[in-house]
Amino acid sequence: MTDLETAAHPENLRRVAIDPVTRVEGHGKVTILLDDDNRVHQVRLHIVEFRGFEKFIQGRPFWEVPVMVQRLCGICPVSHHLAASKAMDMIVGAKLTPTAEKLRRLMHYGQILQSHALHFFHLASPDLLFGFGSDPAKRNVVGVIDADPELAKKGVLLRKYGQEIIRMTAGKRVHGTGSIPGGVNKPLSKAERDALLADIYTMLGWSREAVGIVRRLFDENLERFNAFGRFRSHGMSLVRADGAMDLYHGGLRMRDADGKTLLDHFDYGRYWDVIREDVKPWSYMKFPYFAALGPEAGWYRVGPLARVANCDFIPTPLADHERREFLSFDGGNAAGATLGYHWARMIEMLHAAETIKDLLHDDGILGDDLVATGERAERGVGVIEAPRGTLIHHYRVNEDDQVIRANLIVSTTHNNQAMNEAIRAVARRYLDGREVTEGLLNHIEVAIRAFDPCLSCATHALGRMPLEVTLANAQGVILDRRARAP
Amino acid sequence: MKKLRVATASLAGCFGCHISFLDIDERLLALLERIEFDRSPITDIKTIGPCDLGLIEGGVCNAENVHVLREFRKNCKILVAIGACAVNGGLPAQRNHLDLRDILEEVYETEGGLSRGSRIPNDPELPLPLDKVHPIHEVVKVDYFLPGCPPSADAIWKFLTDLLAGRTPHLGHGLLRYD
Repeated sequence: MTDLETAAHPENLRRVAIDPVTRVEGHGKVTILLDDDNRVHQVRLHIVEFRGFEKFIQGRPFWEVPVMVQRLCGICPVSHHLAASKAMDMIVGAKLTPTAEKLRRLMHYGQILQSHALHFFHLASPDLLFGFGSDPAKRNVVGVIDADPELAKKGVLLRKYGQEIIRMTAGKRVHGTGSIPGGVNKPLSKAERDALLADIYTMLGWSREAVGIVRRLFDENLERFNAFGRFRSHGMSLVRADGAMDLYHGGLRMRDADGKTLLDHFDYGRYWDVIREDVKPWSYMKFPYFAALGPEAGWYRVGPLARVANCDFIPTPLADHERREFLSFDGGNAAGATLGYHWARMIEMLHAAETIKDLLHDDGILGDDLVATGERAERGVGVIEAPRGTLIHHYRVNEDDQVIRANLIVSTTHNNQAMNEAIRAVARRYLDGREVTEGLLNHIEVAIRAFDPCLSCATHALGRMPLEVTLANAQGVILDRRARAP
Repeated sequence: MKKLRVATASLAGCFGCHISFLDIDERLLALLERIEFDRSPITDIKTIGPCDLGLIEGGVCNAENVHVLREFRKNCKILVAIGACAVNGGLPAQRNHLDLRDILEEVYETEGGLSRGSRIPNDPELPLPLDKVHPIHEVVKVDYFLPGCPPSADAIWKFLTDLLAGRTPHLGHGLLRYD
């Protein structure tokens, strides 16, 4: 157990809650326990989400799954859509046709572009542009629009471009149906391709500018940005066979905080040999760890920072140039900083724009050979690098085509311990021994936002929840009653 | 002109309806001339105040959802159920025919790959889950239902512009969808 995870004597301490954590995607809350001198004794990010997807998809036909499970998340549904499809490719024994793989990659990189733009411009930028303790009434996207309408508009249009790619490849912007076991069900028309080509250079230019904005923020606040919420951890991501960044497919690589490789090109089809999950009583989100090192030492981070640090190179020139600048900046310190996530995320947005440009220039993407089949299997594992990090889907299917087991480890779950470490580091540095103010509490949220967590689903609470809850309708008729198990 | 004050929340939803709202794209810039946000995931306002309009995404799956929903009803002149989950429980309601304890046991105690001794989380900070996922109209009075998974950006835009113009919102063919 790490420092500040559990107070020795919680009964005598004062509870301060950040509830709900705002400007993140989904719901979570933070509780802090303080003594009479405002010394911090415990800090926890609680994930109050529980929906039980693993259970209720059992019995469903496997070909429904890519459409169903994306309802886990409306923020990056394409990631679930594609991870489930990749698992189902194994069930139907398919090796994708070249056009199908290109269309899926286009869909995915469109998703990376829109999600990274959404996070930076709509959610995180107010803290970075106005200051962590700035006026909470203005600390939002409306404040950014007022202060810098040109910048805000670029964010809105970058997102729109990514969403339009998704619409053209998946049929709908949110919860599309384009990817199916063994391929895709919709070709890209020449007119659609040309429409996307017409704007791609603008998107590339704006993505480069966005990388420059984060770099400038580091330049201007070097000490603060490097130290903020800093912790040491391993990092995990997929890499291509030659070590390149690849957000659609690859083998698992894990490196420690010093850059030493712990795992490389590991076949994700046997992820359970290297990853286990711990359960803690105060969160519905599990705590994954590298099995060989155990739960105390084996936790790791995923997402843009882990990916940029883990790969040997980025296979597009502009983003690779920015990667090298980032890794050498301030002697490499920025690459280990929690706020380095923002910089790495914008490098990836640029990489996504370059990849989209290359795919659109490849006439193979206009083909119409879209679906493949092969030898039927009973187990499928699909792994993808979602905007927030490595996403694992694992299914078993019976001979009647029904799903009989499912296990999902979503990106933000991999970052659970890392986010808790980041907010504990911030609490130690900024809150300990001080009067807690709104501005200081926002520092905690700034650290959480760096991860771009997706806490989708569930809730917020005021104070302790009752031990029993009765749900009655407007007429007083009792619909549901629950009591906490002793 | 006084701006319409709008609050938004996601209960047991996936956030897709909020994303669809943002999918009005650059029309958002024009809309912000006419509305202002109260409590919403995109602001840092954590407790709802008096509002003209409340948009609720997601069904009711635990005690906190009930609390948030009731606060919204109390503070909003108009309350809108936005998306399949708020309207009828949506995909999360697929757990309604299953026993909740069985699901929790499978996910936290018996699934492969868990640490030894894992137990169902049971901390007072975690809201009690309800046996069933409920649509929001079973708990409070709802003024408008905007169906779809999610409703399209155009449907949300039509709804808001009708309301801002003083018309009864009407989606009509093409925008009224149940996918």
